[in-house]
Amino acid sequence: MFPLTEENKHVARLLLNTGTCPRCIFRFCGVDFHAPYKLPYKELLNELQKFLETEKDELILEVMNPPPKKIRLQELEDSIDNLSQNGEGRISVSQDGSIASKNSNLNVCNVCLGILQEFCEKDFIKKVCQKVEASGFEFTSLVFSVSFPPQLSVREHAAWLLVKQEMGKQSLSLGRDDIVQLKEAYKWITHPLFSEELGVPIDGKSLFEVSVVFAHPETVEDCHFLAAICPDCFKPAKNKQSVFTRMAVMKALNKIKEEDFLKQFPCPPNSPKAVCAVLEIECAHGAVFVAGRYNKYSRNLPQTPWIIDGERKLESSVEELISDHLLAVFKAESFNFSSSGREDVDVRTLGNGRPFAIELVNPHRVHFTSQEIKELQQKINNSSNKIQVRDLQLVTREAIGHMKEGEEEKTKTYSALIWTNKAIQKKDIEFLNDIKDLKIDQKTPLRVLHRRPLAVRARVIHSMETQYVDEHHFRLHLKTQAGTYIKEFVHGDFGRTKPNIGSLMNVTADILELDVESVDVDWPPALDD
Amino acid sequence: MATEPEAAEPVVPSLVDRYFTRWYKPDVKGKFCEDHCILQHSNRICVITLAESHPVLQSGKTIKSISYQISTNCSRLQNKVSGKFKRGAQFLTELAPLCKIYCSDGEEYTVSSCVRGRLMEVNENILHKPSILQEKPSTEGYIAVVLPKFEESKSITEGLLTQKQYEEVMVKRINATTATS
Repeated sequence: MFPLTEENKHVARLLLNTGTCPRCIFRFCGVDFHAPYKLPYKELLNELQKFLETEKDELILEVMNPPPKKIRLQELEDSIDNLSQNGEGRISVSQDGSIASKNSNLNVCNVCLGILQEFCEKDFIKKVCQKVEASGFEFTSLVFSVSFPPQLSVREHAAWLLVKQEMGKQSLSLGRDDIVQLKEAYKWITHPLFSEELGVPIDGKSLFEVSVVFAHPETVEDCHFLAAICPDCFKPAKNKQSVFTRMAVMKALNKIKEEDFLKQFPCPPNSPKAVCAVLEIECAHGAVFVAGRYNKYSRNLPQTPWIIDGERKLESSVEELISDHLLAVFKAESFNFSSSGREDVDVRTLGNGRPFAIELVNPHRVHFTSQEIKELQQKINNSSNKIQVRDLQLVTREAIGHMKEGEEEKTKTYSALIWTNKAIQKKDIEFLNDIKDLKIDQKTPLRVLHRRPLAVRARVIHSMETQYVDEHHFRLHLKTQAGTYIKEFVHGDFGRTKPNIGSLMNVTADILELDVESVDVDWPPALDD
Repeated sequence: MATEPEAAEPVVPSLVDRYFTRWYKPDVKGKFCEDHCILQHSNRICVITLAESHPVLQSGKTIKSISYQISTNCSRLQNKVSGKFKRGAQFLTELAPLCKIYCSDGEEYTVSSCVRGRLMEVNENILHKPSILQEKPSTEGYIAVVLPKFEESKSITEGLLTQKQYEEVMVKRINATTATS
């Protein structure tokens, strides 16, 4: 059923005659159900013309009749003349049986600049879908985003003022929200077409995004007069290519007085020669996350690439040994590695390992069975004897928080090989076993002071257990609050950690080896082998 | 499992030797034998200490007191740094005094920064227990921590002696004193 009623006739006729397309006419008449927008363009145009035709003669009379208070009357008449000629052209084209896009090319809508014309057509959707399929992304739903040129808002504003005025004559009002947004109408038409073409649902929460950016070079200057009237809306910023962003234009349009706008911008907007240009069609997949635990068995392997003055100190790192495989399998663009704390290059991480998570940015492959993830873990483990990974699994972005939360409350256990300058006997170290919850004050260690604030941090050594080795060596097992610098607790860092093993034993103590025995964070969940 | 060390453990370089480079400045401010030792960490941080040959560390000396008050208006104890970028640090030139050491024999010695940079901290432990300065001059008995500018981290040590050069100076000094006596 044709959606317009007798009440809409004046507005519809005015818009059609000033070069507005049928779908934009529906929008300005507040047609808020989807079906009419989805009809083929040709059919819409014919129906609209049929709807208006009966009283075509009246129209001219009506337009001529109102008191000539409008300065733009002359202009209006001109455009009516032009357009009625074009209107005839339209009919002849459709009689030729040319395709719809060619048809609309002849008469680009002065409001949507072709967005609700050829860019709603199946041909265009197919072109976008071909790009999507060629991009090689794996997806089960998609979110479609469009970016329209900012001058569309200016034209929309002009058309709104025009329609408002026309309705005012019939003592009808028209609020901003009474018209259907261009983006809404575009979605109503295109979403079902995308869904059908790609065979997946459109979902606003989908991680897979297809975005189309439109531009319309011919009318870029439409916005420029706004800058003179509202200079404070258009402040240049570093990362903006142009000050005329959609947000800035909308802000200015909300501020500008109607009479100022009408003085500066033709109302109705003039008819453009060409439709919008498609600047880009891009596909992107939101990040996915993989978590697990790693062991590090080497004392020559940093956790992250160690680069000083642009030069690599060591050829590999824990994050690379794990992430390189993930990047390849997920076909991702890049990765971000994070973990529950970190160990020094010369420290091993034993026991159940250290929880880590890796963000895979723009992955092309995202669906894996648990068997496939298990194989991936095996592949990582087979490729290096310096590290091992366990509990590898896909996790959500939110779950990563568990790894970082309570980083300071959690406990860690270590094993350290300690040297003393004075000869020791078993009885000299036994007292350490009885010390519980020892409070220590640690100044920021000198070795990290260049990049961390200077502070004194209170930490707790929960318990210690000694294992005598020889006159100058013993092994110390410690359970400490996370965030304790163990090396400094042993050698004292120039007396900057107090007390320390040296001061407790009244010797000079040094640490020769350190191993992390456990990181007591119960995330990610342990998996069966 | 952690591996147990062999019974005969190889001698491991000390903490200072593992992470720091020793630089020396002899006869600071023209005062004979008042040698300083600067320990530069690989992260560019400098720890200012007294060299072993400094008169204060010679046997028989007793330190009466140490003061970081270097003039009526300036005390190194007032130095405060905040944040990652250590805002508010006192800036030191090579000649900037750090502290004064008063000995029971009436002698008074001034310790200088020897490197340009910003003062991170002074060692308050030696105020309460001056003897650590003599017992462990190159670790717990340090004088101050200085952070050189990033772009000057290499050039600040240009006028200083290496360990080898310092040892040569020491040999010459001993020879000279034995020759004159």
